[in-house]
Amino acid sequence: MIDNQLYKTIVIGTSAGGFKALKTIITELPQSFCLPIIIVQHLSPQSDGFMAQYFNQISHLQVKEADSGEPIRPNHVYIAPANYHLLIEKDETLSLTVDEKVNYARPSIDVMFESAAMTFQNRLVAIILTGANDDGTKGICTIKRLGGLTIAQSPETAEVGVMPKAAIEAGCVDLILGLEEIAKLLSTLCHRPKGSIQDQ
Amino acid sequence: MEKQEEINLLLQKQDLEIDLLLEVIFRQFGYDFRDYNKAHIRRRILHRIQTLDLKSISELQHKILHENGFIEMILRDLSINVTEMYRDPSFYLQLRKEVFPILKTYPFIKIWHAGCATGEEVYSFAIMLKEEGLYHRAQIYATDFNPLVLETARKGIYPVNRIKEYTQNYQNAGGSQSFSDYYIAKYDSVILDQSLNNNIVFAEHNLVSDSVFAEVHLIICRNVLIYFNKDLQNKVVKLFTESLIKGGFLGLGSKENLMFTDVYEKYQIVDARERIYKKKIQI
Repeated sequence: MIDNQLYKTIVIGTSAGGFKALKTIITELPQSFCLPIIIVQHLSPQSDGFMAQYFNQISHLQVKEADSGEPIRPNHVYIAPANYHLLIEKDETLSLTVDEKVNYARPSIDVMFESAAMTFQNRLVAIILTGANDDGTKGICTIKRLGGLTIAQSPETAEVGVMPKAAIEAGCVDLILGLEEIAKLLSTLCHRPKGSIQDQ
Repeated sequence: MEKQEEINLLLQKQDLEIDLLLEVIFRQFGYDFRDYNKAHIRRRILHRIQTLDLKSISELQHKILHENGFIEMILRDLSINVTEMYRDPSFYLQLRKEVFPILKTYPFIKIWHAGCATGEEVYSFAIMLKEEGLYHRAQIYATDFNPLVLETARKGIYPVNRIKEYTQNYQNAGGSQSFSDYYIAKYDSVILDQSLNNNIVFAEHNLVSDSVFAEVHLIICRNVLIYFNKDLQNKVVKLFTESLIKGGFLGLGSKENLMFTDVYEKYQIVDARERIYKKKIQI
C-alpha cells in the first residue's frame, strides 16, 4: 500500500505534549534518513528557538527554525518560529507570515498543512501528534484529498488525545500508530546509499 | 494515477486563475501583488471565496471588476494589518540603546516607517522619541499602500482590551514613564495623546511601485519583506538603501534578513538578533 519511493516531504503538527513526542520520533530517525521534515508545534509567542537547538544537538538530523525564503533541503528538520505562520511555496521554499491567528494559534497547523498539500500533493506524508485542540484537522483532510499519506498518533498513546482524535473522527487518517511505529515507518521512506551521506 | 492527474490539473487551473486575478487587480486598480509569495495570496483568496460561497476564483474576479467598492475588501484581505504596540519589545530596547545615541548627534532627524498598517508601531516609536528628548526635532513619515489602514492610523484610536498587553510591552521596551500618561480611555477605546501626531506624516506609498521620496536617517520596515519574493525583496531593499543617508539605520522584522539580498555588503550589522543594520559610510 505504501510506495516507499514516492514521498518527498514529511509534515508534522502537534500541540500540548508535542515536545516529548517529537523528541521520540526525531531521535529515532537514523543518520541515513534523507527526507525533509517540517514541523508546527504550538508555542508561546515568547519562545526563542530553544527546541530547534536542542533537537539539533540530540538527533542525527539538521534541525533549525524555519527562515523566510529558505529552500527545503533533504535531511533537514524545520520548525515554525513562535508567532509566525509557516507556509510552503510551490518552488519548495518556506515562507513566513504574521497574519491573524488561525484556530487561536500562530503558527497554525492547518495553514502549514494546506500549503504543503498544494505543493506536494500525493508526495506528502502528514502526521498529527498529541494536542489539546483540533488545529490540523482541516489541513490533514486537504492533504488526504490531494492524495497524501496521512497518519495520526493513536489517541490512547498520546499525552493529550484530542488533536489526533479530531483528525481520525473527520475520516482523514490512513494510519493510526504509536510514536515508535511512526518513526519506524518514516525510516523506510527514504533510501540513500551508505557512504553518500552529506550531513553538513 | 488518474485521480492524481485530475487533482494536478485542478491545481494548475487554480494557479492560472490566481495569476489572472492579480493581473486584473494590477491593471485595473494599480495595486501590484504579482511578486508577493503565492502561498499567502492563495490562502487569502481561497478564504474569501469560501466566505462568500463562490465557486471559483474567476467568479471573484468578475465581482472585483464589476461590483463597485468590492476591491476594497480584497485589498484588505491581501494586505498585512496585524500589528501591536511595541511588537517585539527587545527590538525597541536595542534601538534605544544602539541607535538613539547616534541619532542624537544630528540636528534634525527623519524617520521612515514603511508599511505602518494601522499605526500602532509608529506611535510606539513616537513615544520613545519623546522620552529620549528627540521628538521635537524629528519628522516621521509613516507610509502604507492601503488608504483604509492609514485612516485608522491617523486617528490613533485603539481597542482598550489590548492596553494591558501594550503596557507590558512598553515596559519591556524600556519605557521610562507610566504608559497611561499617553492615552485617555473612553468606553471601549483608548485615544492616544494627540500631540504625538504633530511630527508624523501619514501618507500613501507603495513599496512595489513608488520610488524614493526623502533622504532619511532611519527606516523601520517590519514583517513586510517576508511577504515578497526574492526579486521584490531586492527591489525594496535597494529603495531603502537609496533613501538612507550614509551611516543611516535600517530595522527589519525578527525573521527578516539582509544576508540573502543584493545590498548585503552595503551594510554592517548593529544587532544581529534584532535585525538592525547600518548603511556603511564608505561603500
